[in-house]
Amino acid sequence: MAGVDDLARALERTPGGGIILTSVDAIADWARGYSLWMMPMGTACCAMELIAASFSKFDFDRHGSIPRPDPRHTDVMVVAGTITHKMAPAVKRLWEQMPDPKWCIAMGNCAVSGGIFYYDTYSVVRGVDTFLPVDVYIAGCPPRPEALQDAVLRLRDKVRAESISPARVREVEGILPLPSDPPKGEVAAESTGGGS
Amino acid sequence: MDIKELREHLCATYPDLCPLFSIEFGDGVLSVDRSRFHDAAADLKSLGFDRLGMVTAVDFGDELEMVYRLQSREMRAGIFVKTRLPREEAVIETVVDLWDAADWQEREVYDMFGIVFTGHPDLRRILLTDDWVGWPLRKDYDDPTIIRRPDYL
Repeated sequence: MAGVDDLARALERTPGGGIILTSVDAIADWARGYSLWMMPMGTACCAMELIAASFSKFDFDRHGSIPRPDPRHTDVMVVAGTITHKMAPAVKRLWEQMPDPKWCIAMGNCAVSGGIFYYDTYSVVRGVDTFLPVDVYIAGCPPRPEALQDAVLRLRDKVRAESISPARVREVEGILPLPSDPPKGEVAAESTGGGS
Repeated sequence: MDIKELREHLCATYPDLCPLFSIEFGDGVLSVDRSRFHDAAADLKSLGFDRLGMVTAVDFGDELEMVYRLQSREMRAGIFVKTRLPREEAVIETVVDLWDAADWQEREVYDMFGIVFTGHPDLRRILLTDDWVGWPLRKDYDDPTIIRRPDYL
């Protein structure tokens, strides 16, 4: 990715290069966002919902999300299920085998926080975000395939906000505001109050 | 074969095991001492209990109890065999020589309770990592990663 980063920086410095950069971004993000191939890291009952999601009733192929058993073919790891301390090194190793750019969805309460195994358990990792960079969390025990569908669409929004230039993030509608963002309504109220 | 027939059959064949037999919650239970446990297991096998269904243990504080579930296809009956072990010296003879199914089951009991099976061919941890410290299913097990449930939950 280093060569691409240098190219993107050079384009940003060049007058008129931004047009090329944004065009390349648009094509790259379109291609990435509509071909989010899944690494199905199914370790518990959430895997049943994950399997159901790829079959005909929910049909995730129409979103371009195809489950692949090989981490080297995939873009997004869906951690569906309880991860134990013994399993965690294997999950991390599979994650490291996935090529960049890659994303992670934590599906279900166990993958989010440990879930029902949070208290009084000696063997369960309290959330895969302790060792993986999770992009989208799905609550539920287990979540419905519709919830996974929503997560894939949210992840697509996030992917489409990315740029091949490292320091650059495109503004895309549909991204949920972070808690640190100023609320839009209050900013408007302050500006009208200052004017009067 | 129901429990009364099983008791009669057991008492007729092995009279020394007869006073150890009792009925708990509708199941036949044979409570034996550790010293004669392996002989009793061999006797039960020759009686017709050809299948070892389950091996587990219970922590009673000062004592650990081994629980074996034996089943017989021929008699269509099952029996529990229970043995109390002192906590400080939790050692018992293996039954791998009688039932091959005991191999991994005893490894799991060793993994979770730290009960040592003498004569076991390959006694090492089976579910936890090899460098794990402690026996997690003992009541006094503690681990810094465990988050204790607060009282209000």
